Amino acid sequence: MNATLATPATTSAELQYLLRIGDSSLILGQRLSEWCGHGPILEEDIALANVALDLIGQARLLLSVAGELEGRGRDEDRLAFMRAENEYRNLTLVELPNGDFARTMLRNFLFAAFQVPLWDGLRVSSHAEVAAIAAKSAKETRYHLRHAADWTVRLGDGTEESKQRMQGALEYLWPYTAECFTATAEDQEVTSAGFGVAWSTLQPHWERTVLPVLEQAGLKVPARTPFVSHGKQGRHSEHMGHLLSELQYLQRTYAGNQW
Amino acid sequence: MNPREWPLWEVFVRSRNGLDHKHCGSVHAPDPTMALQMARDVYTRRQEGASIWVMRADQIVASDPEAKPEMFDPAEDKIYRHPTFYRLPDEVNHM
Repeated sequence: MNATLATPATTSAELQYLLRIGDSSLILGQRLSEWCGHGPILEEDIALANVALDLIGQARLLLSVAGELEGRGRDEDRLAFMRAENEYRNLTLVELPNGDFARTMLRNFLFAAFQVPLWDGLRVSSHAEVAAIAAKSAKETRYHLRHAADWTVRLGDGTEESKQRMQGALEYLWPYTAECFTATAEDQEVTSAGFGVAWSTLQPHWERTVLPVLEQAGLKVPARTPFVSHGKQGRHSEHMGHLLSELQYLQRTYAGNQW
Repeated sequence: MNPREWPLWEVFVRSRNGLDHKHCGSVHAPDPTMALQMARDVYTRRQEGASIWVMRADQIVASDPEAKPEMFDPAEDKIYRHPTFYRLPDEVNHM
């Protein structure tokens, strides 16, 4: 890898903050599209592809704004397909492998429950375009939340096997949710500028959404541990490189190619 | 029906400008809530809908195709049942 690619090119807090949101949507959209053609039933296969496309749509809008903020002529495609791994700012949670249907659904639930208050906070962003994207995305996310919460309860409160799989998924994913709410200098900066909302303040809202559903599903919430992942600082898990090699393959091979 | 399979639901969608719900297909789902969500995801992806109905396919009572002659053919030559023999006043439009 050459040295210029490895150096994060962008530094401003607002830009990093937008990349965190846009990249999280992008990477989960990529993960969910792996289900295309593999859903447990036709209807759910389509539902998962719908969610994936909603997320990729959010990423397109946010990365376009990020590209403008950066002012180096990078558009949504350049940002989505041509960055090095450590320039992606997504939560580690969304890059983890899909696992089984239970884990996929539970992750969608945990992430949508995070996005809902995030979009609500961004609706009043000082950046008009970001506010508009948040308002549009909030509707999509509310449906994702409903869909995934429904499955969480069904599987958690279902058969012995589905319950066991859901509980396993919760134990696997839960430690990665801590990263959503860690405080960063960027958060402080964008909050005082009225640009965004500090992610650490979203935790109470998230818990009010998540905990009752987990309880209804009969799942046992794991104890918090000191483990914190660092995807939003560009330090990713071992799964990210494999995901990116698939995501970036076409643009890396035929740079600038368009449909 | 195989008891291990989810039942079939018929889906009716009212389009944005439409007045009535029209049958548009079917989905498999274990219960009404999920049938509605499945219908939303399968049949309203391209802004087709403003409202959805779903109903269990096995709850529909249908006429027997074999009984078509006695059910429907007798209406063929009863043209007097069409209200086309009345002169409508000009004020009554859009009938």
